[in-house]
Amino acid sequence: MSVRQAILVHPNDSVATALEALPEGVAVDIEGTGGAPDRRITLREAVAFGHKFAIEAIAKGSPVIKYGETIGLATQPIQAGEWVHTHNIESTRGRGDLAPSKGAA
Amino acid sequence: MVFEGFARGNGVGVRNHIAVIPAVGCVNEVALRIADNVRGAVPFLHHQGCAQLEPDLRTVTRVLSGIARNANVGAALIVSLGCESVSAESIVEAVGDTKPIALVRVQESGGVTRAVTEGIAQAQEMALATNAEREESPIGELIVGVKCGASDTTSGLASNVAVGHAVDRIVDEGGTVIFGETTELMGAEHVIERRSANPEISEAILRQILEMEERAKSMGVDMRGSQPTPGNMAGGLSTIEEKSLGAVVKSGTRPIVGALEYGEAPDGKGLHFMDSPGRELEFLTGLAACGCQVILFSTGLGAIQGFSLVPVIKVTGNRNTACYLQEHIDVDVSSILRGEEALEQAGDRLFAEILRVASGAEVKAERLAYDARGANSSIYVKGPVL
Repeated sequence: MSVRQAILVHPNDSVATALEALPEGVAVDIEGTGGAPDRRITLREAVAFGHKFAIEAIAKGSPVIKYGETIGLATQPIQAGEWVHTHNIESTRGRGDLAPSKGAA
Repeated sequence: MVFEGFARGNGVGVRNHIAVIPAVGCVNEVALRIADNVRGAVPFLHHQGCAQLEPDLRTVTRVLSGIARNANVGAALIVSLGCESVSAESIVEAVGDTKPIALVRVQESGGVTRAVTEGIAQAQEMALATNAEREESPIGELIVGVKCGASDTTSGLASNVAVGHAVDRIVDEGGTVIFGETTELMGAEHVIERRSANPEISEAILRQILEMEERAKSMGVDMRGSQPTPGNMAGGLSTIEEKSLGAVVKSGTRPIVGALEYGEAPDGKGLHFMDSPGRELEFLTGLAACGCQVILFSTGLGAIQGFSLVPVIKVTGNRNTACYLQEHIDVDVSSILRGEEALEQAGDRLFAEILRVASGAEVKAERLAYDARGANSSIYVKGPVL
């Protein structure tokens, strides 16, 4: 059986998940699940096991989609094949730092 | 489908522990010394029970009563100092005649030494009086708790999905399942709305999520760094929304028929949500207080906790964790991500494991005697210590 390198969970997703440590520059075969088509993306940087990479360009401030749902917003433009993590996306929830100042703020 | 359990006055236990329960943290040492001297006795240690506001005292009383009532407890010994806010008598009353129960008051006994001697004698006597015979019991008697911890991206893609399938099977067989971790529903509210059996349940859970988020925000800081945890992020989870969407699938697909307070026993069968933090100590304690006899615990990076009174089945979808931390992992479902096993098949294996453990098979945490001395329990309170 061939080793699965990465999976795409939902047809609307903009990020896939690495199922093994993937080096920079490699053309990754992404298996689509839940009705998502298979595809191949060349990585712009290394992606660790369990981490995500973009399968399409994501504009700054746009939602990042996994499980067919928004998991956060891009804090900078992201290109297809780039590692997607806390350095380039952010949560919109539990953000006491963005709330009108109260309490300890 | 059946399992072999111990009949109690209020359910069926899958273990036959003697719980030694301090009414207040001041007497933890007494409970520990009593439990050390009676075979089958386990102390339920905690740090609450006095100098707290009324809502927290109600929670503590509910949890201590729930622990004593848990069907895995064959007999309970309550240890009271004598002057604490929590009423030890109310815990004894909550247990009623469902099992042997006794009370030791340290101030009345004449100090620690005498209280320990008295407690050992009472616990030993009760140990001999518990029902220690297993008999066939229907799955409808099972209350199974589900938890995910030390999650990584494999949790949402494999182990939680397999757990969700096992949860559906328990519910379909007439059993009860409790999930929780309110923080980890942030970003998955629409799933809760869709799956709640009626609008009242949905509104109750959404209110609990909002309150948890408001409490976090009231500190004036960014919740990131706390949730997801640093370990979650190292494992590839970037945001609480991503963690939540991967976490909620462990509750399966059946309707949510109840919204419970922390440690509140469900009043019917089916899938229930318990308002609770995600942290292991408080969450596992809450599930035990709700009456769970077995806990299914999905992990990515390798959570190691057991719980003294309740067998905790560890399941992972991370092949590295399954190998490197094999002394903690009961069920390996990394085959799902390799494409070697269907989700349903892995879920069926988990379901079979629940029945095996409910019938007496020891989980890894029990074989390691992890938390056999009750050091990993903690009651979740919201207000100040005064």
